[in-house]
Amino acid sequence: MAVLLEVRNLKKYFKVGAAQLHAVDDINFVLDEGKTLGVVGESGCGKTTLGRVILHLLDLTDGQVIFEGKDCTSPTKKELIEMREDMQIIFQDPYSSLNPRMSVSETIMEPLILQGGMTKIEMRAETLHLMETVGLAQRFENSYPHELDGGRRQRIGIARALALKPKFIVCDEPVSALDVSIQAQIINLLLDLQEERGLAYMFVTHDLSVVKYISDDIMVMYLGQMVEKASSDELFAKPLHPYTKALLSAIPVPNIHNKKKRIIMQGEITSPINPRPGCRFMDRCQYVTPECSEPQVLEEPDSDHFVACCNFSKI
Amino acid sequence: MADNILEIRDLVVEYRTDDAVIHAVNGINLTVQKGETIGLVGETGAGKTTIARSILRILQTPPAKFCGGTIMFEGQDIMAMTEQQMRKIRGDKIAMIFQDPMTALNPIERVGYQIAEAIGLHNKVTRAEAEMKACDMLEMVGIPADRYKEFPHQFSGGMKQRVVIAMALACNPILLLADEPTTALDVTIQAQVLEMMQNLKETLGTSVVMITHDLGVVADICNTVAVVYAGEIVERGTVEHIFDYPSHPYTIGLFNSLPKLDSTEARLKPITGLMPDPTNLPLGCKFYERCPEATDKCAEAPPEVTEVSPGHQVKCLLKGGSV
Repeated sequence: MAVLLEVRNLKKYFKVGAAQLHAVDDINFVLDEGKTLGVVGESGCGKTTLGRVILHLLDLTDGQVIFEGKDCTSPTKKELIEMREDMQIIFQDPYSSLNPRMSVSETIMEPLILQGGMTKIEMRAETLHLMETVGLAQRFENSYPHELDGGRRQRIGIARALALKPKFIVCDEPVSALDVSIQAQIINLLLDLQEERGLAYMFVTHDLSVVKYISDDIMVMYLGQMVEKASSDELFAKPLHPYTKALLSAIPVPNIHNKKKRIIMQGEITSPINPRPGCRFMDRCQYVTPECSEPQVLEEPDSDHFVACCNFSKI
Repeated sequence: MADNILEIRDLVVEYRTDDAVIHAVNGINLTVQKGETIGLVGETGAGKTTIARSILRILQTPPAKFCGGTIMFEGQDIMAMTEQQMRKIRGDKIAMIFQDPMTALNPIERVGYQIAEAIGLHNKVTRAEAEMKACDMLEMVGIPADRYKEFPHQFSGGMKQRVVIAMALACNPILLLADEPTTALDVTIQAQVLEMMQNLKETLGTSVVMITHDLGVVADICNTVAVVYAGEIVERGTVEHIFDYPSHPYTIGLFNSLPKLDSTEARLKPITGLMPDPTNLPLGCKFYERCPEATDKCAEAPPEVTEVSPGHQVKCLLKGGSV
């Protein structure tokens, strides 16, 4: 399997007054063609920022993004336009990510117009084809977003992301605003599209049961850093980092007979502004030792299973 | 029954706009016993929040209109009470936790004061006593009392939700209406809040109506479950009934559409289609259009409620319900 995207030492800091907010701090990963990387973590852990930095919707502070073997860390405007044909994003909130003054077909057609090279008739045919692909009936062609429900709106967002036939899509919590019955429809659609078109996804979410379902690999983020990464089955079967363990135990399971023991974490997520060196999970961790104040090294105890915790073997 | 603290009979609520009538709640029957936690489960727009707001009579009328039914709380008819009597009950005997902690607090009042205000309104206490009690409530929900004088924006989402819970519990309510209290929170914080609510329920003996769309949360803290669809309760029973023997096709569909942590299946099984338009509800079963088991008879008239086993009621023609 060919490597599609490689991210090296990616950092994104925001200036907050005189201080630095470490939103994304030294993230590394490799994503193969047609695969899905799930990114999980609490709100504020930098998962959305990571997706946006990779797509250059935000400028990066440091590090490298390599797409199809080409360094696209600091693209020119022309390169950026070409890049966007291959990399797209589906936004979290189908209520605010669509222009309320554009009809369904206008929204989906816009990327085609910007790309150029197609006649009006071809563009309309392509738009209708895209609508059919994502399961939107043709009668909605001239509808406006406010006339549609959340599931259908999210389908518009997906159709628009697909318009330029990208190879890689960042899905930023695409189903978290939807009801479970509709959520399942959208997840199945994303899986079908991946099979048909060989798409690679970076699937950002806080819903762990969804991420297990859709991902090949899962990366767990805490305060801008990667604390653990492994294949989906491995991570759920054998979590190593104390944060991953707590996170997995906190998922409410719709089963009344199999009640698991919850690990209730103390306290709240600490501030990402000028974080001190050492493990950022320290204040909430029940296994804390003096070594935790040292910077944590990413270790690989099993092949392709990474963990950043100095005590993982003892707990 | 004597220990029914809340009894809702045939409640019908509509929203009227200039050009349409939205049938939000269509004949709901619900009883809540002392110490019971009942989960109201259903999709967005199913009418769950409208039910809760009807109990407190805090729906804006108009556009909302009560078209029928009774709500009895401790043997008294809530619909017949004067506004003054209602005010005494709200926040005292019946309290509500609102869905969004970011908007449920007053941004320009100190959080401690907001809790003390509720205590001062319903109890004959001095200001200092109310403040003391408010500090106790903060401690109880795990917030240090020295943050009494802080403002909501200085708190994180999870802490704000805990302030809202502290406020709701400040007067030891008999009935707590929790409208998606953890939906806006992260799973780890959700686990903390649910654990706390569970403890409080055990120590104070409060009955809870838990509105949620998360069946995992229901499995965690509810005793009984009512599944709401298009303004009707389509299935009601204990958690064991609903989770082990779900009977209504909609309930079964809900369970099937959840991604399961232990499943290896390649695709989820969503419920096809959408909820019917509440301005134009079908004549027969409201789930008819989306139901995989529907027969022609289902479209003709609404099904009656039948009891499939003691305490387990289903509103479906195919499960023995007659037309």
